[in-house]
Amino acid sequence: MRVYEVMFIISPTTEEGDIDKLITQLSDVATSQGAQVTKIDRMGRRRLAYPIQKLTEGYYVVFTIEGTGLEIAELERRMRVTDAVIRYLTVRIDQELKRAEKFRSARAARAAASRATRSSRSRSQIAVAETSDEEDEE
Amino acid sequence: MSYPRPRDDSRRDDRPSGGQRRFIRARKSCRFCAEKIDYVDYKDTRLLGSYIPERGKILPRRISGTCQPHQRMLAEAIKRARNIALLPFVTA
Repeated sequence: MRVYEVMFIISPTTEEGDIDKLITQLSDVATSQGAQVTKIDRMGRRRLAYPIQKLTEGYYVVFTIEGTGLEIAELERRMRVTDAVIRYLTVRIDQELKRAEKFRSARAARAAASRATRSSRSRSQIAVAETSDEEDEE
Repeated sequence: MSYPRPRDDSRRDDRPSGGQRRFIRARKSCRFCAEKIDYVDYKDTRLLGSYIPERGKILPRRISGTCQPHQRMLAEAIKRARNIALLPFVTA
């Protein structure tokens, strides 16, 4: 199973109700093809960094979709023909998240290892200190 | 007749350039390593924006001090963000 992030921009000229309708419509496209829309994140109206179709603002929405990839093709096709969607971007994130997870676990393991050596070293140092002079310890 | 080349770069650094004073800069360090960021998200415009100077170009590693793996992730994220109009391609 692959995890995708589909971000798209809806034209700011569309009505508030139409935006909701469009979002449910598009998520239905994905689910009807057998994918799961795990998250719908509405980033809301934002200024575009550069004009697209002479528009300077847009309504940003992010879908997080789990599927095989075929749904993505259908979803993208639908977005292309929908005039209200002015731009979309699909990113496959499962591999990247896995890589990030690997880094995180590697760091945790490294930290654990260094902590183990440090604690054993400090314990031996304390033992040495205790044997040499006990007044110094507290 | 050619002069023997200095063996390594460290010797060149020892030579005071121009004046007498040598500037010792603080060692630049990778912010992503320091903050333990494993995945550079293209949606995080505030973070990415700090690596975009006036002109809209990607800040090179030699300036920011970002390590190579993180710079690669950062560049990828910036390019994605540009595609979806979160960041500019160019600013005049």
